[in-house]
Amino acid sequence: MSEQLTARADLELAGEPVIPASRPGLRWAMLAVGLLVALALPWFIYPPVAMDIAAWALFAISVDLLLGYTGLLSFGHAAFWGTSAYVTGLIAINAGVPFPLAVLGGALAAMALAVPIGYLSVRRTGIYFAMVTLAFAQMVYFIANQWRSLTGGENGLQGIPKSFFGIEAIETDSFYFYYAALPVILLGVLVAWRAVNSPFGQVLVAIRDNPARARALGYDVERYKIMVFVLSAGLAGLAGGVFSISHGFASLQELAWTTSGKVVLITVLGGIGTLWGGPIGAGLVVVLEDRLASSGFNGVGIITGAIFIVIVLAFRHGIWGTARNGVAAWMRRRRSGAGGS
Amino acid sequence: MSAFLQYTLQGLAAGGFYALAALGLAVIFGVLGVVNFSHGACYMLGAVASAVLLDTLGLSFWWALLVVPVLMFVFGVLMERLLVQWLLRLDPLYNFLLTFGITLVLVDLVKRRYGVSGLPYQLPPGLDGRVTVGSVSLSLYQVFVTLFAVLVCVAVWALLTQTRIGMIVRASTEDAERSRALGINVGRWVTPVFGFGIGLAGLSGVLAAPFRAITADMGSNFVIILFAVVVIGGLGSILGAVVAGFLVGLVEAYGQAYAPSFAQVLIFVLMALVVLVRPSGLFGREEAA
Repeated sequence: MSEQLTARADLELAGEPVIPASRPGLRWAMLAVGLLVALALPWFIYPPVAMDIAAWALFAISVDLLLGYTGLLSFGHAAFWGTSAYVTGLIAINAGVPFPLAVLGGALAAMALAVPIGYLSVRRTGIYFAMVTLAFAQMVYFIANQWRSLTGGENGLQGIPKSFFGIEAIETDSFYFYYAALPVILLGVLVAWRAVNSPFGQVLVAIRDNPARARALGYDVERYKIMVFVLSAGLAGLAGGVFSISHGFASLQELAWTTSGKVVLITVLGGIGTLWGGPIGAGLVVVLEDRLASSGFNGVGIITGAIFIVIVLAFRHGIWGTARNGVAAWMRRRRSGAGGS
Repeated sequence: MSAFLQYTLQGLAAGGFYALAALGLAVIFGVLGVVNFSHGACYMLGAVASAVLLDTLGLSFWWALLVVPVLMFVFGVLMERLLVQWLLRLDPLYNFLLTFGITLVLVDLVKRRYGVSGLPYQLPPGLDGRVTVGSVSLSLYQVFVTLFAVLVCVAVWALLTQTRIGMIVRASTEDAERSRALGINVGRWVTPVFGFGIGLAGLSGVLAAPFRAITADMGSNFVIILFAVVVIGGLGSILGAVVAGFLVGLVEAYGQAYAPSFAQVLIFVLMALVVLVRPSGLFGREEAA
């Protein structure tokens, strides 16, 4: 049964590029549209919710870096998001530095935490990896719960300031804050984009598709896995830091396994193996939860859980992957139709 | 000394819940290759069901012990037939994610119906007393839970090793491919085994009902400790699940007694140590990574 335990390529990753590389124009157009949506978001959506979408989008991208590109499902990414939320908050409260610096500090702390967790977790693959990361994240949760003097225990860390060079509009108005924080998120997306479109990213995909062959070709598979794990934790940390600054507090919720689960849900819903999936999933889930919460419906999990069940059963490529495959099939049909006449 | 014995018993009783539930998890994994995330939710359903049955039908603890696992078996069969079976041929991560979605739905359904405060459940009459052994006074219910859990584990072990059905299930666990080649219809056993595993989780929940706060969230932390249990024991191993279940229960109880602030962390430290020294678990077989 051992072949079922290893991360296999049959995770049905929608890896094949449907938009051929020979059409870079389309790619740039899509990037431009994505950037425009990110810039226009707070005009259409309540700015703190828009900020949440951006933070969860980067968080989902960090998970996808592991799941979609390396074939590792981390079910403990709340540990990095949450650790950074706390560390960012502590730096912002105590050092009074501009918030992007505090977020950077939080991301570094998340990466430092990811070194031992990654070192231990990559010893297992597949489903074991998911369980081990989940358990380690729960350990971090309990430590934060106990370490009241630092984290405030169940009360959380409150009163995190949005210091930004004394510019009052940004520090008090969530609309302007969005534009001050967006570059931090975009920096994270850029890092992820550079990583997957580099030789490093190619090695990751090779490890995902055939770890034995990657090893035979002389790549130190474990080291690559630890490296991408730490990188991914850093991106999750950037996202978590922005989230805690935006909300002005950090709570245990940020470290809870439900948060790890939510980000996996967002990633799979949007579509794995593509950097577009995360933002799409994040937009949907955050807006859905916001609407459900404001309509007074308690039991968000019934809706998100049911959607997730349907996605896993029927649309395993996620929204982006399904849409992309649909468009590709349509284009193929049209082309063959044109050739026939 | 008397305090130590009490902690030991407390640990063994808690370990009983873990061992039974982990046993179910291990059997399901063995035969189906599915790590059931909803195992904690099924444990919760078992406890909630016994509280509701007591409240509405006046069904006593003893009847619940019999009826609830059967109900959970049926629930498990339905879950396997309706949802889980469609993903069995894919990477096990998909069923992990599917059962995670099921967990979200189940927990919030129970939360909507019964609220977040705990449902009441009395210790069953006859088990609410204490037994005195020498100078030590122990909770009778904890003694009962420990003995009962051990008994069920032994019964399951006997079922697996002494009967023909057990032999088939073990063969399928060991090597599904070769069992098929030898003419065993592995697929026939998939559904009942899934139901059986869910039934064990439900049974664990019934035992926990008089002892723990019955809330929709009672399984949330439980399932993660279960994962630690099976990682420590070795996921493929049935003996490992049982031994590690009791071990984790003991670690938790001693931790709560002697280092309360580290009690919950200790379990995961233990898991980290096992992963570091013996990645495949205490009783797991080495696998090619």
